[in-house]
Amino acid sequence: MPMLEAQWLARMDYGIAWELQKKLIREIDREESSEALLLLEHTPTYTIGSDRHPEHLLYGKEELARRGISLYEIDRGGDITYHGPGQLVGYPLLYLDAVGLDLHAYLRNLEEVIIKLLADFGISGGRKPEYTGVWVGDSKIAAIGVKFNKARTRRGFVTSHGFALNVKKNVEQEGFQGIIPCGITEFGVTSLETLTGLEWQVEDIGRRILPYFAEVFGYAVPTVIESLSS
Amino acid sequence: MAKQIIEVTMPQLAESLVSATIDKWVKQPGDMVDMYEPLCDILTDKVNAELPSTVRGKLVKHLIGEGETVEVGTAICLIETEVSDQSSQSTDNGVSEAATANPQMQPSASRPLVSASVSSAIDSNAPMRHRYSPAVQKLAAEHGIDLSLVPGTGEGGRITRKDVLVAAESGSAKLGSASTGGAPSSAQPSAGAASASHFVPMDPKVPVRSTGMHLTESPRIPSVESQAQEVPGRGEYFIDITPIRNTIASRMRQSVTEIPHAWTMIEVDVTNLVMLRGKLKDDFQRKEGINLTYMPFLIKAVVNAIKDYPIMNSIWAVDKIIVKRDINISLAVGTEDSVITPVIRNADQKNVPGIAHEIDDLVRRTRNNKLTLTDLQGGTFTVNNTGSFGSILSQPIINYPQAAILTFESIVKKPVVINDMIAVRSMVNLCLSLDHRILDGVICGRFLQRVKENLESYNLDTKLY
Repeated sequence: MPMLEAQWLARMDYGIAWELQKKLIREIDREESSEALLLLEHTPTYTIGSDRHPEHLLYGKEELARRGISLYEIDRGGDITYHGPGQLVGYPLLYLDAVGLDLHAYLRNLEEVIIKLLADFGISGGRKPEYTGVWVGDSKIAAIGVKFNKARTRRGFVTSHGFALNVKKNVEQEGFQGIIPCGITEFGVTSLETLTGLEWQVEDIGRRILPYFAEVFGYAVPTVIESLSS
Repeated sequence: MAKQIIEVTMPQLAESLVSATIDKWVKQPGDMVDMYEPLCDILTDKVNAELPSTVRGKLVKHLIGEGETVEVGTAICLIETEVSDQSSQSTDNGVSEAATANPQMQPSASRPLVSASVSSAIDSNAPMRHRYSPAVQKLAAEHGIDLSLVPGTGEGGRITRKDVLVAAESGSAKLGSASTGGAPSSAQPSAGAASASHFVPMDPKVPVRSTGMHLTESPRIPSVESQAQEVPGRGEYFIDITPIRNTIASRMRQSVTEIPHAWTMIEVDVTNLVMLRGKLKDDFQRKEGINLTYMPFLIKAVVNAIKDYPIMNSIWAVDKIIVKRDINISLAVGTEDSVITPVIRNADQKNVPGIAHEIDDLVRRTRNNKLTLTDLQGGTFTVNNTGSFGSILSQPIINYPQAAILTFESIVKKPVVINDMIAVRSMVNLCLSLDHRILDGVICGRFLQRVKENLESYNLDTKLY
């Protein structure tokens, strides 16, 4: 079974994590690094994906600065979303061969990982047709947006970006107020704590997702490396 | 060396991909492009992907602008390539594979007139020939079909379920028959259609094989693939299946298909209970802060009957029946668009006010979406207050894997004969669905009789505490 390196990066600025992703993509492309699953939390950030609907950001520049929230326009699919403390962010950097590649199947697999994890908590997460992500009823608990980077030395692709799972209650209260998440106006967001009524640590949830990730994507269950790299 | 212009088309990068948007051109007209080098970024759903070139050459022209969305198969740009006179033998694996798998392909592939469009089509389709949908793979596995030998008639030469069935019928493309060779594996729909006649079962030269199903084998339940239309017509509209709806659907289906349900009903005189509740309810509301309904009285009566007939509190485990010592009552709570069964744990250890509080709490949290996993687990017997919406008779589906479910219907005043005289009494029906593998009529009759006795034994002297 292929090996996957899982790293817990703790809390990290979005820009630094993005640079780290790009560096690892190049290394994985050249087979200098093993495929990786980066797990982390971000400092408060809004990211705007390729769909680019600035009107879905409800704060102006001054308001963002006042609230200490960064803003990035980035190269993943999707619209605007929020990242911040209390949210488990996962960046799977996987090499996928071009043969048998299915972009949408990859999204469905990421959703599957989170749905399986939620089932562990007695939460029945599901999909909404046309709205990628994981939903509990009409509330979104996990956002997904990815990029397929064409490998330069091989035929396939290296994936980047990934999923963001709301763990702490405060995430939905703080971050998502300033935006219309993914441009979907009629649905709200929720979190693991809200649904279970219990307190959870982001890092623990990160560890608990590993066996499901390994199962769905066919890797040996990785052990977490506490990484200090940047 | 000859020059030729190749059209690069939007590839089928996902089974469900219908169209994709060109986000950004990485290569501009005049740029040299290597094979597999990104030409542009495309967007679909929540994916941003770099689209690799299928050929090496010079980008001549963008056919589609940034921000435009095109269907799969649409030409998006032109690339000028240099080819040796031999043919359009590119280094693409897909082409050489296709060529080896199908010698008949070679002549057409090397025809200079069509080489430009054909080779580009092959280039972009080649990986697709190896991309089979799960349904197709499963079907092929069931019939022992080697998919690489099946001609695809679907979009862009994809192999459809029908293609597999045709191949299975004809007995060609069986695994291991590859050595016979010559099975066309064209990526071109026209060529595919032409060679498909080779697989028509009526062809006398090809022996018709059975599908492998034997008479002793019970027919497989076909997995129903949703073939539903994708856009609603004028006279209808669609409702998305919510996760909870989906769970309800699969649980109900599992219960009905696995459990042989039987049904029985009993009529109970609850006149005294009605009077008792009438007497207590205002005081109860004042003291406990919640409404006193009939449900806690009913649950108490049911729980006490289960204590006398513990088999009601069991599950079927194929080689044994597991009787549960804890009596945890699942309470069916309806919301606007679903039904959820939170659990009153150890209901046998609670009195009527205790059960009343628990029902109030569970119902409130169900409606506010605040239930936790523990609230939903461990139920051993289900009670449903169907009377709350006016029903006088219902036939419930058992809450899998429990043994039985009981409904409490509407309390209705009726003329009843008592000691050869007609009296007006408050009557209620209790309906019971039971797992007939575990329970029979006799035991259920006795159980219901005990519930009836318990309910009828409430009177104005009954103390709540």
